[in-house]
Amino acid sequence: MNNPLIASAADRRLLPEGRLAGPMPWVIAIMTFLTVLAAGAGLALGNAASGLGDQLAGKLTIQIVEPNPDFRDRQTRTVLAELSRLGPVANAARVDEGRMRELLAPWLGQDGLDADLPVPTLIDVSLRSTDPRSMEEVAMTVKAIAPTARVDAHAQWLGPVQGLLSTLRWLSVGLVALMAATMAAAVVLAARTALVTHRPTIDIMHLMGATDVQVARLFQRRAALDALFGSVLGCMCGALVIFGLGGRMANVGAALLDNGGLGWKGWVVIALLPLAAVLLSILTARMTVVRALARML
Amino acid sequence: MRWQYFCLASGAGTVSNIVQFENVGLRYGTGAETLSDLSFSLSRGAFYFLTGPSGAGKTSLLKLLYLAQRPSRGQIRMFGENLVAAPRDRLPVFRRRIGVVFQDFRLVQHLSAFDNVALPLRVAGTDEREIAAPVREMLAWVGLQDRADARPATLSGGEQQRVAIARAVIGRPDILVADEPTGNVDPEMAQRLLHLFDGLNRLGTTVVVATHDLHLLSRVGTAQMMRLDRGRLSDPTGALKYPPLNEPAGEPA
Repeated sequence: MNNPLIASAADRRLLPEGRLAGPMPWVIAIMTFLTVLAAGAGLALGNAASGLGDQLAGKLTIQIVEPNPDFRDRQTRTVLAELSRLGPVANAARVDEGRMRELLAPWLGQDGLDADLPVPTLIDVSLRSTDPRSMEEVAMTVKAIAPTARVDAHAQWLGPVQGLLSTLRWLSVGLVALMAATMAAAVVLAARTALVTHRPTIDIMHLMGATDVQVARLFQRRAALDALFGSVLGCMCGALVIFGLGGRMANVGAALLDNGGLGWKGWVVIALLPLAAVLLSILTARMTVVRALARML
Repeated sequence: MRWQYFCLASGAGTVSNIVQFENVGLRYGTGAETLSDLSFSLSRGAFYFLTGPSGAGKTSLLKLLYLAQRPSRGQIRMFGENLVAAPRDRLPVFRRRIGVVFQDFRLVQHLSAFDNVALPLRVAGTDEREIAAPVREMLAWVGLQDRADARPATLSGGEQQRVAIARAVIGRPDILVADEPTGNVDPEMAQRLLHLFDGLNRLGTTVVVATHDLHLLSRVGTAQMMRLDRGRLSDPTGALKYPPLNEPAGEPA
């Protein structure tokens, strides 16, 4: 009974325990499974929001809206020339015909880019910084050359989507916290039940001079074993589901989902969840038992 | 029998008070006092018998002695410390110095006789390598060397009692409190157990034995009786309240 963390074989005999006999390991397995799913979703959404932010930051699209093709081409060349001289502009390039055809194909078919159809010219601009003043400078330069041109910041289009992803990510964090609280509550109930079941043994140990911590250590070990089995099982099932979903997301091929994977850091976090569950169970069992024993003399 | 007897005998070594009760009262809940106005001292290394009818507060007094209860009033000093005021986290240290034989044995049912006897040593943090030899020796002393692996449910009442006694004395306690320790054993075993208690007493352990068996009293020659009735301790000579100090070992009190 000396080691504060590890119970000896003799100590383990003090509380008879059927391996995985109670519902606790299975409750913890289910809770961990749900926690892994919520954490996986949160991490993936975080990565998606972050990737989206990287994609959108400092990106502009300029539309030269001019019905006369010659005039439109002249304005486009002038705008490109002026932008190349602007300090904040890292890169400015006209969207080529092939890409335009690709963009219009869903609406106008493969022959949509007809010379008679006044389609605006698109210029993709990358800025060196996300400073709003850089964006204003570009807009003023463009408007001076082509007053009918439109300057759209990408962040403005997809900002709400990014906000939604961020909200969903925080919702996942909340779910993980709720799951952890529920798991802790289940451990409290299990520890209290075990205290009642083993009361005669605890009483006799107490009268022999066992400290609260000594008695609590016996329950901690039991809680740790239940949590270890349950959390590893739940984590493995959750990881399999995430892995499967990742494959299906890859098949969707949507641009928004491209950055939504877990990444190696995410998998490390998922792998650490069983350890967190074990620590949570040990701490909860210890606090519950010590608090209950404090009511004895 | 109307009166309880609390018998005092001198033991080995220099006598000093190991336990001191001053105006101690014990009340369970809001009921009447189970113990009232107990004032006495137990001398270190002395041997005591506590006898009497049921319901007079004998077990309650023992509970105070083995620190399972705090008194409702009064002061209890043990091992030189006021235990009424002591915080509860100080009590385990003192409990390890007290061996208890419960009337209902209170053996841990899922542990073998060996593990039951070893329990106080394990609680005290004794190295596992230093446990087997004394436990086997103690089991042999109480005649249960062949039942070391037996669970309490497979032992007779007398065997369980001997396991309980072995468990109480294995840690060489400063105080041994026994509640009817010979109630379930034959006269021969009772004699052996008393001999064990006497031997412990000679090594300096203060022994308090509660019993209904008045024949036991004559088997410890230096016993001095004291009566307890309806929760009150009778001490007509004042010998328990003010025990003689520095009395040489082995001389009658």
